Amino acid sequence: MKATSATATAARSRAGGPPSDGPKTTRLRGKDLLGISQLSPEEIVLILDTADAMKEIGARPIKKVPTLRGKTVVNLFFEPSTRTRTSFEIAEKRLSADTLNIASATSSVVKGETLADTALNIMAMAPDLIVLRHAASGAADFLARICRAGIINAGDGAHEHPTQALLDAFTIREHKGGLSRLKVAIVGDLLHSRVLRSNVQLLTKLGADVWVCGPPTMMPPGIERLGVTKTTSIDAAVEGADVIMMLRIQLERMEGAFFPSFREYFAVFGLTPDRVARAQPDVIIMHPGPMNRGVEIASEVADGPYSVILEQVTNGVAVRMAVLYLLAGGIEA
Amino acid sequence: MRRLLKGGRVIDPAQALDGAFDVLIEDGRIAQVARDLPVNGRSDLEVIDVPAGCVVAPGFVDMHVHLREPGFEHKETIATGAAAAVGGGFTAVACMPNTNPINDNATVTKFIIEKAAQANLARVYPIAAVSIESRGEQLSEIGELRAAGCVALSDDGRPVATAQLMRRALEYATMFGMPVIDHCEDRSLAGDGVAHEGYQASLLGLRGIPAAAEEIMVERDVVLAGLTGGAFHVAHMSVRGSLRAVRDGKARGITVTCEVAPHHFILDDERLASPVSYDTNCKMNPPLREAADRDAMLQGLRDGSIDAIATDHAPHHYDEKKVEFDRAPFGIVGLETAVSLCLDRLVRTGFISLKRLVELLSTNPARILGVPGGSLTPGGPADITIIAPHLPVTIDAARFRSRSRNTPFDGWRLMGGVAATIVGGATKFRNPQVAWSTR
Amino acid sequence: MPVVMDADRMARTLVRIAHEVVERNRGVDDLTIVGIRTRGVPIARRIARNLFEITSEQAPTGALDITLYRDDLMRHAVGPQPVVRRTEIPFSIDGKKVLLVDDVLYTGRTVRAALDALIDFGRPSIIQLLVVVDRGHRELPIRADYVGKNLPTSTRETVHVRLQEIDGRDEVAIEQIEEVT
Repeated sequence: MKATSATATAARSRAGGPPSDGPKTTRLRGKDLLGISQLSPEEIVLILDTADAMKEIGARPIKKVPTLRGKTVVNLFFEPSTRTRTSFEIAEKRLSADTLNIASATSSVVKGETLADTALNIMAMAPDLIVLRHAASGAADFLARICRAGIINAGDGAHEHPTQALLDAFTIREHKGGLSRLKVAIVGDLLHSRVLRSNVQLLTKLGADVWVCGPPTMMPPGIERLGVTKTTSIDAAVEGADVIMMLRIQLERMEGAFFPSFREYFAVFGLTPDRVARAQPDVIIMHPGPMNRGVEIASEVADGPYSVILEQVTNGVAVRMAVLYLLAGGIEA
Repeated sequence: MRRLLKGGRVIDPAQALDGAFDVLIEDGRIAQVARDLPVNGRSDLEVIDVPAGCVVAPGFVDMHVHLREPGFEHKETIATGAAAAVGGGFTAVACMPNTNPINDNATVTKFIIEKAAQANLARVYPIAAVSIESRGEQLSEIGELRAAGCVALSDDGRPVATAQLMRRALEYATMFGMPVIDHCEDRSLAGDGVAHEGYQASLLGLRGIPAAAEEIMVERDVVLAGLTGGAFHVAHMSVRGSLRAVRDGKARGITVTCEVAPHHFILDDERLASPVSYDTNCKMNPPLREAADRDAMLQGLRDGSIDAIATDHAPHHYDEKKVEFDRAPFGIVGLETAVSLCLDRLVRTGFISLKRLVELLSTNPARILGVPGGSLTPGGPADITIIAPHLPVTIDAARFRSRSRNTPFDGWRLMGGVAATIVGGATKFRNPQVAWSTR
Repeated sequence: MPVVMDADRMARTLVRIAHEVVERNRGVDDLTIVGIRTRGVPIARRIARNLFEITSEQAPTGALDITLYRDDLMRHAVGPQPVVRRTEIPFSIDGKKVLLVDDVLYTGRTVRAALDALIDFGRPSIIQLLVVVDRGHRELPIRADYVGKNLPTSTRETVHVRLQEIDGRDEVAIEQIEEVT
């Protein structure tokens, strides 16, 4: 299109662009985003760089670009999730996609239809992308195999939640300039957390020093093979940390089974101002939400100056716009 | 009616035979195994030339299959299962009682036997439920079930629920000489797990079933077998701790035997991630274990501490497997892949001898179940499996005789296959890929 | 590879254009400058500098990435996407004059995309277009208000505007597109 397109790619890398942590690539390899496990460090950086450009759109008077005009995106949510679904929906609308929300309460899932049949019915409407949230690990992988449309995993069971990890990384990068060599402490229910799995893989791929901390009963076996340090001491985990990431405790099923009581959990693993004081002075504190105040995090910390929890929400839209853009289809050959 | 298997290498561990012999069959029974038996003489002699390179073995016995009938005929029937058996080189199978209704009474047993007789393919030996409806509460009427034709006891699909029930079953079964086959799994440890507890399950976010869940039950049952003098057989063993417990038990003189399924000595839990992630055809119970367990199973096959190879043939309709991993039922079919997998992965590699393989697939399972066959001894049934160890085979699930196709081995290229399956002197399967000559 | 404009000539051209801008707008009151990424941005900064030297007034200068407005996006189910870069227009263009700057004017499609993008930032009183080279072959009814050099080309040629800030030297060169057989 531009007269200089032949040299455009080469030029970009020298053009002093946004901060980056590694070498450049200009495309994602797959049609889907199923997990961080599939992404190379270069692809992660591409998404973060693209999100950087997307974030500006949210600051404009008219927060909308025509990029995905005529593209249809289905938000297929089998688990309630106002936060993630809203974030995707705003991202889709800012890119001018046509969006369709199918939530489990209104879908035929309750009528006993299989995921495969639901997906095939949706495919008959020829969507370009499907954003899937599902309680079963691997549901996104499964859908990607039977659908032509690109699948974006918005959380599958305890497997992955890649856009959450990407927005976390984006937020960290905005504050710290990069991820390499940062000490990141992740604390909480490690066993059931897809946020943990995505974050650990992303952070280690970009060179962060990742510590994971939780009760031994909630430590996924073999987690250390992902290149993290594991500990049951939150004091050790947060000592000198640049970033503290708190994971949600699922109230409904945890108490009694994995630890004796919430009271004891907060005493042993709760993030209190005293514990925050062990971290770097410019530490940032993250939480994927929704928070259980007084269980995993003290209100003084959640509401305190180090908390970037609301920034995470803002950045979520930009990161999801980037993913939608990069997966939505290509330019003319 | 007489038939003569001419040529080929006969391997019969029960008689310590291994060499070029001919096998004469009369009235469905083995009449003679000897060198260079005469072809001429009586006119009613049918001569079958065993193709060069083929091995004549006592018929293979799969002591752990699920034939699904009655109750789940959309997955498999006794007829399709028996067809799969002979197509896969098995002259006999022992079918687990977890049908609907459960085989906890003579009516169901007789139904199975009758259906098998109608199919007239492989021999089908019913296994009776240990407890009524396999609920783990009250012993089923074992004497009557034995009289009806059951050869063993199991609540497979579930463990024998309590130590007390297992103790009573082992004790009671001694008077019938029946082994108690236990699906060893501590349910409180296994929980609602769907994959082996370890790195792969952690990475994939799948709920884990720890190795200890199996090991604890094997230990329990070995102790109880020692206490009662009963015969305990470990179904589908999968972890190294169980093997250690079995070895210890054997060393102490306890009557304990065990089987392993081909998927547990060929695959490991890395299959859950690739080449197809969350492949429901890699979901079985016990789950695919880690590499060290798989290697331990291989060692056990070689050193003799594992007694038998059984497929745990578990057919499921494709609709049932075409779902999220969590929701898919456990189990894969095995009857039509086992022999090729064993020949390729165990024998071609030189890991075990053909003789050892025949022990694992025929001699030992027949002995553990106390059923006829398992040898080519004159007077015994002419149940014979002819294998072609050098035959190139490509697993093609679309061509299975089984009603189900749930296998992780589809498309595998292997060396070694079944040439023919003879049950009671009658050829029930003849592989057209093998070069048969006619006289 | 004929060089049609060297560094010296480029510098003089950008001074000349700056004078034209001042003359036509009677100064730089209410003037904002927006460069189209990639090479429009350093050119815009140079024009701003030249305008400052003439008028001693600083015109706000921004950068516009038109990728998300391209008309050849999303035309295939899969395929590579152009890299999106940040748009930085940290000032209001509502009621202002916008001087849109790019290196080469060719089909006009980039300018079309840029006009759409600008409108999303507000309602300028006027938009003027400045390019270093106009090489012809328009596919849309678009013309430049300020042109460094009109350069008749064939479609078999490409025009490279090279800039010190990006390429290490200032020049405009014409090159033959290599035939792909």
